[in-house]
Amino acid sequence: MSNESFTLSKEDWSLHRKGQQDQERHKEKVKEAIKNNLADLISDEGIIMSDGRQIVKIPIRSLEEYRIRYNYSKNRQPGTGKGGSQVGDVIGNGQPGQGQDQSGAGDGKGVDYEEASVTLEDIEEMLFAELELPNLVPKSNENIQVTDVDFRDVRKNGLMSNIDKRRTLLEAIRHSARNGSDKMMIRPDDLRFRTWEDTIEPDSNAVILALMDTSGSMGLFEKYAARTFFFWMVRFLRTKYENVHIRYIAHHTEAKEVSEEHFFTKGESGGTICSSAYDLALRIIQQDYPAGSYNIYPVHFSDGDNLTSDNEKCIKRVEEICKLSQMFAYAEVNAYARSSTLMSAYSKMQNPLFRKFVIREKSDVYRALRAFFSAAPEEGNTA
Amino acid sequence: MNVQEIEKLEKSIESMTQLARTCGLDFYPMRYEICPADIIYTFGAYGMPTRFSHWSFGKIFHRLRLEYDFGLSRIYELVINSNPCYAFLLEGNTLLQNQTVCAHVLAHCDFFKNNAMFAHTPRDMVERMSISAERIRQYELQYGRGTVESLLDAGLALQEHVDASVSGRRYRREWREQKDRERRGLYSEDRPSKKRSDYDDLWAIGDELQIESTFVEEQSTRFPLPQKDIMLFLIEHSPVLKLWQRDVLSILRDEMLYFWPQMETKIMNEGWATYWHLRIMREMDLLPEDSIEFAKMHAGVVLPSRTTINPYYVGLAIWEDIEKRWSKRQTPSSTASEGLGSAGREKMFEVREMENDISFLRNYLTKELMEQLDLYLYQKVGNEYRVVETDYEQVRNALCASRLNGGIPVILVEDGDYQRNGELFLRHAYEGVELDLKQLEKTLPYLYQLWGRTCHLATVVEGREVIFSCDGKRTQRKFV
Repeated sequence: MSNESFTLSKEDWSLHRKGQQDQERHKEKVKEAIKNNLADLISDEGIIMSDGRQIVKIPIRSLEEYRIRYNYSKNRQPGTGKGGSQVGDVIGNGQPGQGQDQSGAGDGKGVDYEEASVTLEDIEEMLFAELELPNLVPKSNENIQVTDVDFRDVRKNGLMSNIDKRRTLLEAIRHSARNGSDKMMIRPDDLRFRTWEDTIEPDSNAVILALMDTSGSMGLFEKYAARTFFFWMVRFLRTKYENVHIRYIAHHTEAKEVSEEHFFTKGESGGTICSSAYDLALRIIQQDYPAGSYNIYPVHFSDGDNLTSDNEKCIKRVEEICKLSQMFAYAEVNAYARSSTLMSAYSKMQNPLFRKFVIREKSDVYRALRAFFSAAPEEGNTA
Repeated sequence: MNVQEIEKLEKSIESMTQLARTCGLDFYPMRYEICPADIIYTFGAYGMPTRFSHWSFGKIFHRLRLEYDFGLSRIYELVINSNPCYAFLLEGNTLLQNQTVCAHVLAHCDFFKNNAMFAHTPRDMVERMSISAERIRQYELQYGRGTVESLLDAGLALQEHVDASVSGRRYRREWREQKDRERRGLYSEDRPSKKRSDYDDLWAIGDELQIESTFVEEQSTRFPLPQKDIMLFLIEHSPVLKLWQRDVLSILRDEMLYFWPQMETKIMNEGWATYWHLRIMREMDLLPEDSIEFAKMHAGVVLPSRTTINPYYVGLAIWEDIEKRWSKRQTPSSTASEGLGSAGREKMFEVREMENDISFLRNYLTKELMEQLDLYLYQKVGNEYRVVETDYEQVRNALCASRLNGGIPVILVEDGDYQRNGELFLRHAYEGVELDLKQLEKTLPYLYQLWGRTCHLATVVEGREVIFSCDGKRTQRKFV
């Protein structure tokens, strides 16, 4: 240690990245937390009812740093006034702000509630990464589309504007090192060029038939679950696939095709005859979507409270639709685990294209999405 | 800061150092480093340039950095309690700001060197922390990042529960010596003639009373109880921790013990540094516009807050009051009535050596001064925060209580073998302020993680004793 009483220096700190590195780790943990909360997040009313562009605040538990602390809201705390403060003076409402002094690390006064702001895009990105249309097959070769170019290859010759500087330099360094010369020279042989390939994405030629039970027995929760599901389904299809047709069918004792807006907002009443919707679906398929050139995905939401005499017919129709489709999804919203007539009929079905799922609580919507839109059918809840 | 400014700064530091010495400040050799904002904020988040890595520091760093970017707050300086003393200056500061900061940190360093609370802090902590960080890094490579991170999560949640007091240190030492004596006595002094063997206890068969008494004695003397140092207790007695895990916890504990005196002397230390930067800067030859800038900066630093205690503001006021009051009680030995060598200054130097925040407030915050500062207590009443107390003694007592144990609840280990089942029993030393129950319920699982068996904590909620128990799966509360 030198005995100089002081030194003043200015170093280059540009390589000191510790704060940033740990900040990265923190971000990673936030992402993890979002992922773990997806099931609750996607059934959050704030999102479904929103215009789709808002930021959602979610409390992320794993990121709060818990300590044994005093309960400050129950405690009297000291402050300083401008002079002549009297008992009863109001000094503020809501949360008292923290002091301007930040220099004492570890002097943690004030409670540190961490809320992460998540945009809809963040959630979608994570949610949709897990989803895909199952059994998708190329149906016709005419509509092959080139959507993008992707630089994924490096070659020795190419356009000068696409030169890969880093690789070229690396080659040059290697070259001169091999030759034992201490002078580096870039030879023509060292040049490396980035080369692209066309990304070919076949037209999915997919059509989704969204069937929803709008009968009187569909209560608030049932409708909510169904709409949440379809909300995400539609967003998922529009984000990930081009040219996916979505047709909306609402039914009670009879079915009719409705607009998207009507489908999501209007309520109906009456009894339930599911086969009516299947009939309409079959008609739509036959008219507009020949099975030879379309991937067809009917998705049906109901509370399972079907007219018992209609069940026989339903099974027949579902079998028929299955023959034309890539998958038939049936989701039953059943919060009280009652035995439903429709599900007990469907549970006997063995068709591998038929997928069913029971939604008991809000967060099951997420599981239903995963169950229907994954390559292999997952074990869903069965009644 | 450009080269000319750095040269100027160097010159003024030289004269300020000279001036500080003549005033009686006694500091370690200073190492001033000019750093970019990112670095200052990194050090601010970690508390030390060389500390180990953890995401929670990254989180603080991000917050500090954001506040800086938005112009909400600003760290002017960072000073390390070490010999030589490192002080980090913000590159973006103006020359005058950095001059003020240099004067400020000289007084901090004087305080670190001379205040009794800091007597036991290692002055080579920069190097120690760097070695510890390297060790933790090695553990990460050896046992996996996730494993180490989860241990650090748990350790950091409990790190504040250490015992930095001199009496605690003495008590533990005496207890250990006593145990040593007992053990040695058992083998040699008591029965010098008899040979000890593993089967000696067989002779006591049938003598039930004796067996029972030795058993009971062992129970009560296995741990020194009650013990405030939960970290040490876990390190020494946890049945589940591996050696490397105990090592990591000791690192956390040592670092907490090092930071502890700074938590206990916040008001004094900041007040002292503010008092001195004011005095030193007054002696400097400042241009008129610089004087204005300095006044602005100083006013910003001592800006009082309606909702918290600004340590710079309250500390400075108490120090100046001490000087004023003792200067009046002129003793014959001192000559000057004000400033250097006066009785007021003598008293100040004595106080800076002997006191911590609690004794400082209790001994030197007078009724007149409190009225002048307009100190009060406030509380949430309905939807608003209202002033609820302005009485001198009440406010002073509450102020002292809020500084007690660095503002952290005192938790004592009462039993390490609760219900004869190896369970851990802690008690909150309740003194009228309740714990944040949500936080508590989330912290107990960390304790369970480190102890490996059910953990209990007794506290008081709304006048009733409550025991929180965590068995690793869930935390339950039980009214007694």
